[in-house]
Amino acid sequence: MNKNLYTPFFFLAPALATLLIFFFLPVGAALLMSLTDFDIYALGNMDRARFILFGNYLRALSDPLFWKALFNTGYFVLVGGPLTILVSLAAAIALNSKLLRFKKFFRLAFFMPVITTLVAVAVVWRYMYHPRFGIFNYLLSFFNLGPVDWLGSSAWAMPSLILLAVWKNFGYNMMIFLAGLQAIPDSLYEAARIDGANWWQQHLHVTIPQLAPTTVFVTVITIIGYFQFFAEPYVMTQGGPVNSTLSIVLYLYQQGFRWWQMGYSSAIAFVLFFILVILALLQSAIQKRYQEAL
Amino acid sequence: MNPKTRIMILTALFHLAMLLVSIITVLPFIWMLSASFMQTGEASVFPPKFIPDQFTLLQYRTLFERMNLGRYFLNSLVLAISVTLVSVLVNSMAGYAFAKFTFRAKKPLFALLLSSMIIPGQVTMLPVFLLLNKLGLLNTYFGIIFPGMASIFGIFLIHQYLKSVPDSLIEAARIDGASDFLIYWRIILPLSMPVLVTLALFTFMGTWNDFLWPLIVMTRENMYTLPVALANLLGEYVQDPELMMAGSVITITPILVVFLALQKYYLRGILLGGVKE
Repeated sequence: MNKNLYTPFFFLAPALATLLIFFFLPVGAALLMSLTDFDIYALGNMDRARFILFGNYLRALSDPLFWKALFNTGYFVLVGGPLTILVSLAAAIALNSKLLRFKKFFRLAFFMPVITTLVAVAVVWRYMYHPRFGIFNYLLSFFNLGPVDWLGSSAWAMPSLILLAVWKNFGYNMMIFLAGLQAIPDSLYEAARIDGANWWQQHLHVTIPQLAPTTVFVTVITIIGYFQFFAEPYVMTQGGPVNSTLSIVLYLYQQGFRWWQMGYSSAIAFVLFFILVILALLQSAIQKRYQEAL
Repeated sequence: MNPKTRIMILTALFHLAMLLVSIITVLPFIWMLSASFMQTGEASVFPPKFIPDQFTLLQYRTLFERMNLGRYFLNSLVLAISVTLVSVLVNSMAGYAFAKFTFRAKKPLFALLLSSMIIPGQVTMLPVFLLLNKLGLLNTYFGIIFPGMASIFGIFLIHQYLKSVPDSLIEAARIDGASDFLIYWRIILPLSMPVLVTLALFTFMGTWNDFLWPLIVMTRENMYTLPVALANLLGEYVQDPELMMAGSVITITPILVVFLALQKYYLRGILLGGVKE
């Protein structure tokens, strides 16, 4: 190990300077901004911004659109999150099966949506959801159902975005689950088989408990990612119809960059931050309890 | 039925189900590709059509000749490549410092960086936008390159990898009289090539696929990246699925090629705790 004091700072300087200028200072600036009425007039002349303390946060509390966005985001996270995790777990167990052949092909096929540009696939899905020519209504027509106005009705718009998100993201978690599954020793399954456990019981009593730490990790990254969903509603519904797909990030984008309500927009961003911190604390509490239980 | 036939039937059904799921995951791409080769209006039919009557490159020609798509492609490519090169260099230097040097502020600094990863990017968007505006960097490549130069995840990734590289290699080089920079350049970088490729791949794909930040920084039409241009085209040409599909194909093709070439590095990145973009 080198004792020279200046060398490590030479190596650190570019990264730390970048993070300071474009990350840490802006976090502080955003916090200050969230306490001001920074708007389009302040954009030209900073002196126009006044401190209003928690005015923006109080405004959010009485803003029905903010609550709508929070509710929609919660809907997306609470329905889309578990669905994504369930599908990825099932896919991982299937891919890990000894009976399965052509594993590489299936793995690649399941993974393809993950790597592709979200905006591009959102454009494609927008046409697949087309009420007249889309493939979804075509498939429904075989069962004498529909047509459903997927993106045009406030009841179906959010489920449609959730379906897209599950399709797009499950492959990512699947890879993490797959690594977790491969780390489970075969002897555990053998012991379960000797005890007379069938396929279902083996997974219930071996796979699920053994995967618990992986599941906590996957749940956290999925929830954090889903809380920030933006491009899907931006491209497919613009938050509509009647704000039924307005998300927190879409709302703070609109407030900040369309209406230049930058103080208010920053406050909403901090509410999002606050929610994520609570989730992170919750996760570490769960993990601690889990480790103690071992 | 004897148990052997039963297992065979179950295995066949299992493969059938897996095939069905892979059709679901791949079908949108196939439709995207085939519709992009259709005449204008051909994809707006019921029932949906999967094979063009007559294969045509009309949509691609329109995009490049009339919609300036070549320029957006160039923007995306320049940004993804330069952010990748610069950030791999900057992050690997910082990762090296954290992994192989002792200095007083090391532990608290590293802990501060790691705990800051919870802060969502949306928090810093507005102040960084105002800063770039003041510096006159909106609608320039630097508006995306500068903020993308360093990433905590990248530093962490390199740090984890270098911790497993034995110090003896570095000590031996030092005894031979190599300077710290030479050690970084000649020993650390070549040794960490696999993790550098992983980081480069994540950064390239993340920058290429990013939407929100370029949407904010690039407001002038000729500075759009492909995703921003695509979202914008959709507003005007929503009645032209064939055209939009061709645009989507162009947007995802480079990313698919890069991924297929380097996929084993990508999977390693996920397992090291890669973050989603």
